[in-house]
Amino acid sequence: MDLNQLVNGKSGDKEFLLGNEAAVRGAIEAGVSVAATYPGTPSSEIGNILSFLAKDAGLFFEFSINEKVAMEVAASSAASGLKSFTFMKHVGLNVASDSFLTAVYTGTPGGMVVLSADDPSMFSSQNEQDNRHYARLANCPVLEPSNPQEVKDMMKYGYELSKKFSIPVILRTTTRISHMRGVVELGDVEITNNKTDDSNSINFGKNVHWEKGFFKKNPKQFVPVPENSMVMHEKLVSKMEDIEELANNSDLNFIFNSFENIDSENIKPKSKYGIISSGSAFNYAYDVVVEDNLANLGFDILKLGFTYPFPKDLALDFIEGLDGIFVVEEVDPIMEKEILAIIGEIGIDIPVFGKLDGTFPLIHEFNSDIVRDSINKVINSSINTIDNINNCNNCNNSNNINNSNNNINNCNNSNKINNSNNNSSNYNNSNKINNSNNGNNDLNINKRLKDIKDNLPSRPPTLCPGCSHRATYFGVRRAAEELNISNENLIFSSDIGCYTLGVSPPYETTDYLLSMGSSIGDACGFSVATNQYIVSFIGDSTFFHGGIPPLINGVHNKHKFVVTILDNRTTAMTGGQPNPGLPVDGMGDQAPEISIEEIAKACGCEFVEIINPMNLNKTIDTYKRALEYEGVSVIIAKYPCTLIKGLKRKRPMVIKEDKCNNCQNCVTTLACPAISIVDGKVEIDDLLCKGCTVCVQMCDEKAIGVKKDI
Amino acid sequence: MLNEENSYNIYICGVGGQGIIKTSVIIGEAAMNEGYDVVMSEIHGMSQRGGVVSTELRIGGYKSSIIGKFKSDIILAFEPSEAVRALDKANKNTKIIFNTSPIIPSTLNQFNQTYPSVGNITESLNENYGSVYPVEGEKLAIESGSILSLNMVLLGAAIANDTFPLSKESIIKSMKNNLNSKFHNMNLDAIEKGYNIVKSS
Repeated sequence: MDLNQLVNGKSGDKEFLLGNEAAVRGAIEAGVSVAATYPGTPSSEIGNILSFLAKDAGLFFEFSINEKVAMEVAASSAASGLKSFTFMKHVGLNVASDSFLTAVYTGTPGGMVVLSADDPSMFSSQNEQDNRHYARLANCPVLEPSNPQEVKDMMKYGYELSKKFSIPVILRTTTRISHMRGVVELGDVEITNNKTDDSNSINFGKNVHWEKGFFKKNPKQFVPVPENSMVMHEKLVSKMEDIEELANNSDLNFIFNSFENIDSENIKPKSKYGIISSGSAFNYAYDVVVEDNLANLGFDILKLGFTYPFPKDLALDFIEGLDGIFVVEEVDPIMEKEILAIIGEIGIDIPVFGKLDGTFPLIHEFNSDIVRDSINKVINSSINTIDNINNCNNCNNSNNINNSNNNINNCNNSNKINNSNNNSSNYNNSNKINNSNNGNNDLNINKRLKDIKDNLPSRPPTLCPGCSHRATYFGVRRAAEELNISNENLIFSSDIGCYTLGVSPPYETTDYLLSMGSSIGDACGFSVATNQYIVSFIGDSTFFHGGIPPLINGVHNKHKFVVTILDNRTTAMTGGQPNPGLPVDGMGDQAPEISIEEIAKACGCEFVEIINPMNLNKTIDTYKRALEYEGVSVIIAKYPCTLIKGLKRKRPMVIKEDKCNNCQNCVTTLACPAISIVDGKVEIDDLLCKGCTVCVQMCDEKAIGVKKDI
Repeated sequence: MLNEENSYNIYICGVGGQGIIKTSVIIGEAAMNEGYDVVMSEIHGMSQRGGVVSTELRIGGYKSSIIGKFKSDIILAFEPSEAVRALDKANKNTKIIFNTSPIIPSTLNQFNQTYPSVGNITESLNENYGSVYPVEGEKLAIESGSILSLNMVLLGAAIANDTFPLSKESIIKSMKNNLNSKFHNMNLDAIEKGYNIVKSS
């Protein structure tokens, strides 16, 4: 895939795009002028690609210091009449929420989409919050795509909606949408004239390629002092009523009620069931209905893409006459509550199977197996009008679904249920059901293979070979030992980044963690609440993101702790984006490099030292002095991330077999991926080794040296 | 509309840094170019740091990009223990192709674990599944010019399978579209080597 196609691709071209790539194309097709983000998985690729394509696409892009700033950049651009785009992972919206909730009041006349990439199952996040709640909190519309094509199309539609109503629109993706690849048919790029070459422009000759907007002063619209805000809120509520009308009639919401496989001659469904679903959950529900031929049991699907304001009238039309409703959604029971409210308001009596009654799990992402098992729990216990069903004993009384909750696990693996389905002549496609239900049986492998499978070594993410954080952690541990500070008396407050991996043995250098930038704020709290030693760890990018305000707080309030700024010269965890500590910006141009040391000093820190963590003796010595310092001490552990491209490769290390006493300290205390035990002896993999020499320095036997014959 | 006879599910797994995602994109784009509907899922959040990487490719009208339990037509494992970890996706007819060179986790000691012997893995997979293809991937990649062509050796092995729905030509076209032209010859050689190993077994 040639990324330039995202700019140059013609209408009708087909590309195999990642959801995040499709979002970029959607922004370009919509004519976005300004985009800003703080990187966060699963949304990171959007920024990486924009960083690469911004100039060609004729738009401005920046990696902001944090999501709140990114939100502000986007909101003021939209207030100036430009289409703007900000995007972040779900927890990023927490950071940005302060500005976001008010941007909905002031409005976004140019058009603004906020892409929130939720992460059900927490593949790379600290929680799995459901950001559809933010739409309810903020009063703004939500679009939920189910595949990359819809990501692109809904981006484009999001701008139409946003501009029309002057309101930010949330595009809610989840990991399986952001990181799903699919065939996307490109559309027209709406605006192609937003490149400027106007020599009268004040920006002429500078690095700008986008058309400027104009901010028209209007305090009543843009200055949310109370007397203005009261009017703004009233207008907002009325806007949302109008937008609900749109949702009721939106093309993004549609009903699947004729599946090809249905055999209407032979099958007269005795009941009629509706599934209401959105996002990736819809995909699983759809595939289960088709594979299991549930259409023959009377299953229709209402797929919602425009999910807030909730399309109440449409939902009511759909559920009228149904015998039961399944609400299939990831993570929280949000649409389910909307449905319950509707049927409660109307006063009709239809069972609703969702998360609240225990049919579907309340946590983690779904897949087809989970959706199938959940639906089967209900249809095997309550749709028992089908001939020949031998009721599962455990489910006999499960018409009251609450009672059956405890039996769920028993039912899931019940062969009786599987067999009974196969016997039913009413099932047209019983082979398919047979196949799918085999999925509930165990692996059916022999003991030898089962033993291997049950005892597979775990493969948790670890600090890379040559990562300087390993040396820093080793150094701080050794310094504390030499000062006789016990582990119990030493609190490690950590932050969001690769270095959070220090939570694992052997380092165990993360004791407390909340969010981006929290390591220093938490340290302030510990400093007040305890007499223990406190060491906080924060990366260079995270320091810029959210670390500076709490550092100022720590100094001003006379707290005592050690701050370690792990400056590896990049934003490593999300794939190596630039940050203000580097001499390059998000468009790849030269930029002023902001000195962390000078900031720390300017924040009032008097103990500020820069170390090369790979120099173990110096590292240990510096930590000893910092730990004894009365006040906030700052150590900047500066060494480039080993994943930065173009770094010069150093000679690998090798074990000197004549000196090695096989104590294995290098394996157990460093846990470097390049060092492992093979046939009872320590070996260094010279393909993996980056030549950092930390193992050489820590080996008491001097049994590790540079490999010469390579 | 989804049709099981015309559908094909590919599960690819291994360890961060082995080129798994690139390989998957090559297959996905080849499927697209042959006119198939194809979706793919990738899990790679913290993968650069030695964790497990997996992708799931579904060809044939699926909406969801996750393969159901036991529903893979082929499992392509870049590492032997990862092949075993992937068995939740395998049924008796699944083709299991795996690279025989282990990547031993550095955390083995911290968790008091041992790495299973590759011979044991190979034999026990053979005892349980009908189509098991161990591939000496590292050796073949180095013969092709670089360990970095390991993923192309395994791609070659995958497409050699009789049930594989895409043509070798379109895979090669897609490879060329996705990889630096400087390395096309090496990668072509790697694909051939992987292809021949499975064809001749």
